[in-house]
Formats: sequence, C-alpha cells, structure tokens
Amino acid sequence: MDALEQLMQAFANTGGDRAVLADSATAHLVADGHTILSSRAIEGIEVEARETASGISATVRVRQGVRLTNPVHLCFGVLHKRGSQNIRMDVHLEKNASASFIAHCIFPGAEQVIHAMDAVVTIGEGAEMRYSETHFHGLHGGVEAIPKAVVSVGKNGRYLGEFNLITGRVGRLAIDYAVEAHENAVVELTARVFGHGRDTIEIKEKVVLAGENSRGLIKTRVAIEDEASAEITGITEGNAAGARGHVDCMEIVKDKAVASAIPVVRVTNPLAKVTHEAAIGSVDKRQMETLMVHGLSPEEAVEVIVKGILS
Amino acid sequence: MPLLEIKSVSYQAGAAKILDDLCLSVEGAEVHALLGTNGTGKSTLAYLIAGCEGYKPTAGTILFDGRAIQTFKIHERAQLGITMAWQEPVRFEGISVAQYLTLKNRELNPAPYLAMVGLEPRRYLARMVDRSLSGGERKRIELASILALHPRLAIFDEPDSGIDMLSIHDIINVINICKENGSAVLLITHREEIALIADKASQICRGKIVCSGPPAKVAAYYKSRQCLTCDTEGRADGCP
Repeated sequence: MDALEQLMQAFANTGGDRAVLADSATAHLVADGHTILSSRAIEGIEVEARETASGISATVRVRQGVRLTNPVHLCFGVLHKRGSQNIRMDVHLEKNASASFIAHCIFPGAEQVIHAMDAVVTIGEGAEMRYSETHFHGLHGGVEAIPKAVVSVGKNGRYLGEFNLITGRVGRLAIDYAVEAHENAVVELTARVFGHGRDTIEIKEKVVLAGENSRGLIKTRVAIEDEASAEITGITEGNAAGARGHVDCMEIVKDKAVASAIPVVRVTNPLAKVTHEAAIGSVDKRQMETLMVHGLSPEEAVEVIVKGILS
Repeated sequence: MPLLEIKSVSYQAGAAKILDDLCLSVEGAEVHALLGTNGTGKSTLAYLIAGCEGYKPTAGTILFDGRAIQTFKIHERAQLGITMAWQEPVRFEGISVAQYLTLKNRELNPAPYLAMVGLEPRRYLARMVDRSLSGGERKRIELASILALHPRLAIFDEPDSGIDMLSIHDIINVINICKENGSAVLLITHREEIALIADKASQICRGKIVCSGPPAKVAAYYKSRQCLTCDTEGRADGCP
C-alpha cells in the first residue's frame, strides 16, 4: 500500500470521505510528512504546493467573486511513528470570494511526531472563509502539534474557524491564533479538545476588533481527565466604535487534571464593548442529577455532558 | 400496598428541621397533589424521594413497591421507575431536544411527546436544550422527557412555575397522559387550582402533612388558611 493509500485509509478511519480526492470538482492538497502526495486546483482557485528544504510550502488563492460550492480539502499527516511535518500555508480570499476548508491532520501511529503549521490568511473585503480543522493524534500521546495562524479579515468579511481534537490522545497541543477584524467584519473561533493521560493543552487565541462595528467570538470547550492539563488564553481587544467581542471558555475537569482559563479583554475605544465568561470545574451536579433521574448511570451522564460540550 | 410510602421521614439540614416525621402514601396510577406554600419542604421531599445527592432522611423510611430505597442512588431509583421534572430544569450545551428525549431509549420516536406538551416537533427536535430556549420552552421539554420515560412514579416539582396561564391546560394534559399510561404522579404545587386535577391531595406545612383527602376539600382548606393556622408544632386546626 503506498503512502497516499495509507493516509486515505487513516483519513477514512477518522471519519473522512476518501471519495473527495477523486472528485474533479473538489480542490485538495494531501501531504505525508514533507512529501506532497496529491493536489488539485479547480476553476477559480489556485493551489500551489511545493516541498522545501524545511517542509511544505503551500499557497491557496480564491479569485475575486468566486464562491466555491465544494469545500477545499486539506489532509496532512505523518504515517511513521517518528517524524516531523512543517507546513507554511498562505491563504488568500480575494474580494467577495467565499470558500470552506476542511482540514484533517492525522497521525495514527505517532510515538514521536512534531506537526507545526504556520498559516497566514488574508480575507478580502466582503469575502467569507469557513475553516474546520480536525486532528487525530493516535493513542500514544506522542504528537506535539503547534498550529499558528495570523488572520486578517477585511471590511465586511467573515472568518469562522473551528479546531477539533476530541478523539484519541492529544500529546502536546499549542495553538496560537491571532485574528484582526476590520470594519463590519465578523470573526468566530471555536476550539474543542478532550485531553487524557498526561496530555498538555495550551490554547491562545486573540481577536483584535480593529474596525468599526466588527464582531468577535472566541469559544473554547475543553474536557480533561487523568493527569492532563489545559491552559486557555482568550484575548479580545475592542479598538473601534461599535466593536463587540465575547470570550466564552468552558472546561470540565476530572480526576487529577488541572485547568486554567485566562480571559483577557481590552478596550481602547469607549464605544466598544467586550465581555467574557469562563467556567471551570467538575461536571455540573444538577446536570448530572437531571440525566441520572432519566435513568443514566453516573458514567453515562458524564459521557453525555462531555460529548455535548465538545460537539 | 401503596406504590410509594413515606414513613415518618425527617430531614434536617444543619440546625433547621425541614421535614418532621412526615408520612405520605401514593397509590399506583394515582395523581397525588402536594400543596404547600414556599419553604414548607415540598421540594426537599421531592429530592429525598428521587435520591438527590445530599438528601437522605435523618429518620424514617421511604418504600417504593414495598422496598426501602433510601440507600439507593438517584439512577438506581430511576431504573425502578422513579423520575422527576425539576422546578427549574437545567440546560445542556450540545444536546438536541431529540437526543434529550431519547437519552435512555435511542429507538424512541420523540416527536409525539413534544406534541403532547404543545411544541411543534418540526420546530424543536433539532434545537439544543441550551440557553436558546426560553424558560417555558425548556420546562415543556422537561415534561415531554418525563412522558417519554413512561415512569412508574413521576414527581412534578411545581410544573406551573414559569409557564403562562394559557399553558396550564398543557400541564393538566401531561398529568392526565401520565395517568392514562399507568404512571403515578406526585404533583407538587402551591396553586390549589392545579391540585384539583388530582385524585388525592395533601397539604404540607412546616415539614409535616397536616391534611390529606379529596383535592377539593384540601384545596379549599389550603386556600382559606394556607399555613397561617398551623401552630409551631406544624399541627393544623381542623383539616377536613
């Protein structure tokens, strides 16, 4: 079985639809480690990917006014137990373009793997980008994932970003996202992570509401058990009139796990407003009792609640 | 043999005596209204019967189907057929109404149960049981979830609170459906007009049952005197 077939098998095992690769109407980029296995551009979108001395460099450009019907699929992984993957990604959505991206980062047998993503995203005026990234790090906790992104959302633009790592072990995760929203732009960042064993989770997300009437939401949902740890930093700055931002962090802690949340709200314009809420603790007692009075065991009730917040 | 028998149950929280030698019986398929003003111990009794954490009788016995259940955990009692609709139902992130109504039975079609509480299934099944629902909607969904369980004993803790007057007939409808399905109901309320739909009623005052009998009589007594005529021992003067 060649690397592409192995990666697609792993992709399918984590819920992906391998048929998208064969679909000539769907753009994609697939890489194992520092080797590009497959890529496709379609009309209205350019996908340029190359292998460099230090990893993979890719540029994706969605042309002005193009509204993609099918999502762009990105599939990155390391099939070996040990290895590294460094990806430099530049994404440009030109004026009034619209595109969805579905990214899968898969490390099924990883024992000592480093995955670093460094992305620069530019969303033009009136453009909209939806980005959903799902990770699977296997069962050994041997992955160190370091996703970084700097995103600029132009006037009347929208950026909706999701990060999910809720199956298998995490290993070490260090997310660092910074988004700047211009006039009337809308930003939503959602992260859902479930940590076990000795996993460590660090999530730092920053939204700068630079333009008038811009909107920002940072929503983080983390569950940790065993001896896992999580530190969540959500930063929102309101720097323009009419800017509205909210930071919403919820962490459920079991066993000997340790969680912290650091919401930072900063306002430099008196007509801006930024709020935050953070809830950390064990599973809510009333929620537990409500589910148990419906006949669920304590274990089933915890599972339903945790699945709910991570869904 | 009554389905539920509360025998001389007392419950103390710190220095405060909440329930005091309370006795109450509920027969199978009986709707039993428990009337009382705020702070008389109604909800505490509900929590003791359901088995909520931290609620164990300091004296007395709770029998269900002749079996002492006070050492049973909340889910073990639920598995025997005891369930409860909370006065203020909690909200759940990421759980849809359809999932909530089928927590224990994934094969169940939840739509008819929503219709029974006056909610259009098409509009609600995919919605989340979270803050996007109003208090009244959440309460109706809680009632629907109880109907979907087909319990042997359903405890409704002030089902009318937070619901507008026009919806009272929906609550009465739910209780009648429970009865038709063979469920016994312990209906906790402070409104005598709700109690009138019961087969039997009791009035609780300062942690004691001070009066039991036909709902009309107990309701009339409650309406005219409420707790004002109870003496410091919790005795009433002239329950019918």
